[in-house]
Amino acid sequence: MDRVSREEDEGTAYHPIEGPQGSALEVEKFSLWYGEKQALTEITLDVQRGLVTSLIGPSGCGKSTLLRSLNRMNDLIDGLRTSGHVRLDGEEIYGPGVDVIALRKRMGMVFQKPNPFPMSVAENVVYPLRVDGVRDRRVLDETVERALQASALWDEVKDRLGESALGLSGGQQQRLCIARAIAGDPEVLLMDEPCSALDPIATSKIEELIAALRGRYTILIVTHNMQQAARVSDNTAFMYLGRLIEYGETEKVFVAPKLQRTQDYVTGRFG
Amino acid sequence: MSGREAPLDRIAPPRPRRADLRSQGEPERWAMGGALALGIVLIVGFLLLVLWNGVTTFWPRPLVELELVDGSRVAGEPTRSETFEPSDAQLGALAPAQPERVAAAGGSATRVLYRVGNFDLYGEDFRWVSDFEVAARTTPADLWFFERVEWGPFVGRFVRLRLGDEVLAADALSGERLRAVHRAARQRFEDIRSIERSEIGAVNRRIEERRLSVRAVELAEGGGSAAHRRAEADAATELAELAREYDGLAARAAELRRTDAAQLVTLADVSGREKELPLSSLTRFYAPNELGAAGKLGVYLGRWREFLTEEPREANTEGGVLPAIFGTAAMTLLMVLVVTPFGVITALYLREYARQGRLVSIVRISVNNLAGVPSIVYGVFGLGFFAYTLGVRIDELFYAERLPSPTFGTGGLLWASLTLALLTVPVVIVATEEALAAVPRSVREGSLACGASKWQTIRRVVLPQAMPGIMTGLILAMARGAGEVAPLMLVGVVKLAPELPVDGTFPFVHFERSFMHLGFHIYDVGFQSRNSEAGKPMVFVTTLLLIALIFAMNVTAIGIRARLKRRFAGAQF
Repeated sequence: MDRVSREEDEGTAYHPIEGPQGSALEVEKFSLWYGEKQALTEITLDVQRGLVTSLIGPSGCGKSTLLRSLNRMNDLIDGLRTSGHVRLDGEEIYGPGVDVIALRKRMGMVFQKPNPFPMSVAENVVYPLRVDGVRDRRVLDETVERALQASALWDEVKDRLGESALGLSGGQQQRLCIARAIAGDPEVLLMDEPCSALDPIATSKIEELIAALRGRYTILIVTHNMQQAARVSDNTAFMYLGRLIEYGETEKVFVAPKLQRTQDYVTGRFG
Repeated sequence: MSGREAPLDRIAPPRPRRADLRSQGEPERWAMGGALALGIVLIVGFLLLVLWNGVTTFWPRPLVELELVDGSRVAGEPTRSETFEPSDAQLGALAPAQPERVAAAGGSATRVLYRVGNFDLYGEDFRWVSDFEVAARTTPADLWFFERVEWGPFVGRFVRLRLGDEVLAADALSGERLRAVHRAARQRFEDIRSIERSEIGAVNRRIEERRLSVRAVELAEGGGSAAHRRAEADAATELAELAREYDGLAARAAELRRTDAAQLVTLADVSGREKELPLSSLTRFYAPNELGAAGKLGVYLGRWREFLTEEPREANTEGGVLPAIFGTAAMTLLMVLVVTPFGVITALYLREYARQGRLVSIVRISVNNLAGVPSIVYGVFGLGFFAYTLGVRIDELFYAERLPSPTFGTGGLLWASLTLALLTVPVVIVATEEALAAVPRSVREGSLACGASKWQTIRRVVLPQAMPGIMTGLILAMARGAGEVAPLMLVGVVKLAPELPVDGTFPFVHFERSFMHLGFHIYDVGFQSRNSEAGKPMVFVTTLLLIALIFAMNVTAIGIRARLKRRFAGAQF
């Protein structure tokens, strides 16, 4: 334990990252407070376009908070303050006059627990289009098939598109939520522990799905499961107590971390 | 680490202990179960009482003819019996053998209440007959029970029937002929009523409208102005035309009435007193003692049909309750239509938009307390605010020509519904708030993350998911509103309103009309009529009907809720 505490003021360790398409999201010295409590401290992070980036770290380290800051879901919380910058394609998202609703449409989000809406499978998928006022039957039908194909759910539900989404199994519901998240054709896909409520078989299906979606979307995934991070992600960011500790290619973070604390976490010594 | 663990052999063996008596069983469970059982017994008992009395009321009962000790005769339907202790004066008037019989039974005797009918002859409908007064008891087959338009039933025999100049004695009259003549007479009676009520009523309405339009011109242009004189002149020719129409209809009605008056039937009670009355004033007659089961069933169903589809007669103790059924249903539906949006929108603001703080808490507590305000207070408020403030203003603005007789400035369907909506809105608000709070945050966030606005989220995701809970609130509100009577007596319910609030004349729904209500009908028939004994069966049947109506409306709402719930089945996993 003494080796870890030694690193208290070491700051962040960056591995050099070479994304093929540059960065989609740039977080720069981003801090966030819930009232008096500081939840994020000076996070700086470039999320590479088209790649899968995982956020790992022990409970309460702020990884979900960071994820929810990216599409401003935290706005719903009273007494929230932020400082620093977050840019999507170079556009400031915490600037004055930012259209939060337009911003959220550019990012799909998948939550811990599957949260299908109380409507049919098809209506769930086209929900982002519905709120945009799309009524063209042809467009809607195409979107349903495309999004469900992309989320590997089409073959299982194509005969029950009109039935309630709540009748699907947990894993199917989560893939439906992914289909919903990508139906609006977002640039970024934010996933907040998408497999934490699922059994191993459903989890492996979601992981296959993430692998399939890689390249088409910039994916940011929060996970508690180290093996999962290692399996699905290109880059990994390790967070601890509201700070970004180490960020780099997954292989390097897991195999040759620069910092002792990262090593302790990824090898299961704490967390 | 292992040094801190206790050695296994030092754990003490279990010590035998005496358990407390209370931990042996659960005596409290008896109290809880008993309370529930008592509640169920009371409710089921009440429902069975109402159901039994309501269902059997219309079944034809046998008629009994009694010869009394003093030589007089009594005939009627036995309704109930009881034991009583006759006074010495009663016993003293008897032959010596009878007081001994009473004394042998411990000074008590039995008496039976007979529905003797013939109110116009006797001045009473019911009569107690003690056992010791009875000399002979028979159930003659030729004793008839006549239901009449006026004076209640007649118990007795046919004497003769006069059709114009033709006079037929009872034994010369075949049943078929009688029924045919009677049917024709009833049809004529309906025709007269239809002419006098609908057709003459329509002419009267047009005359009134014409008069009001002239009055409106007078109010707008001033009396004696050119426009007013012109309007009066226009109206005069039209009014003359209408008056001719009126006279024509009145002549037709008078013609029918003359025919009607020529067909008379003479009835006699058991002691031979005769009564002559128009054939058409008999609504139904049968000889219960010779009637088979099928015939009785026919009478029974016919009475139900009359009860459900006709208007009340005889100070509401006879005839049907159609206007009351209709009024109750219309008022409840209108109330639901008002209370649903009002309550749901209020709850939406309180739960979704208002900043949760002290003020909202105070508002919420106040709303809950509103549900406990006595309903008569709402009635007073409804009368004072809706009728006397809002209604009077509406009359001044839109119905000035009808003043001083009020249109909206008095109780009516609309004001009664609004008053009940006010009364039930706390129930809807509380239920809706709870239903909204039960919609998980994750679902709302899912919608927001899709780029939906707050209102889109509420409308498309939150409200549908909260709908079963909201429906529960509406069901409760409806049950409370439909059964409420006290406030309605102030804001529009009346004893008799044969004109339904919805009919074929423009504008079809007459919000300003006063109406009848089953709950008030029960109160009126049971406790305000000249003869509460005659009204008692009506009270039971009306109660049964009111319960059935509320039950039907609730079942409908529960059915809708179940369908909604099925759509969201499996929301939990």
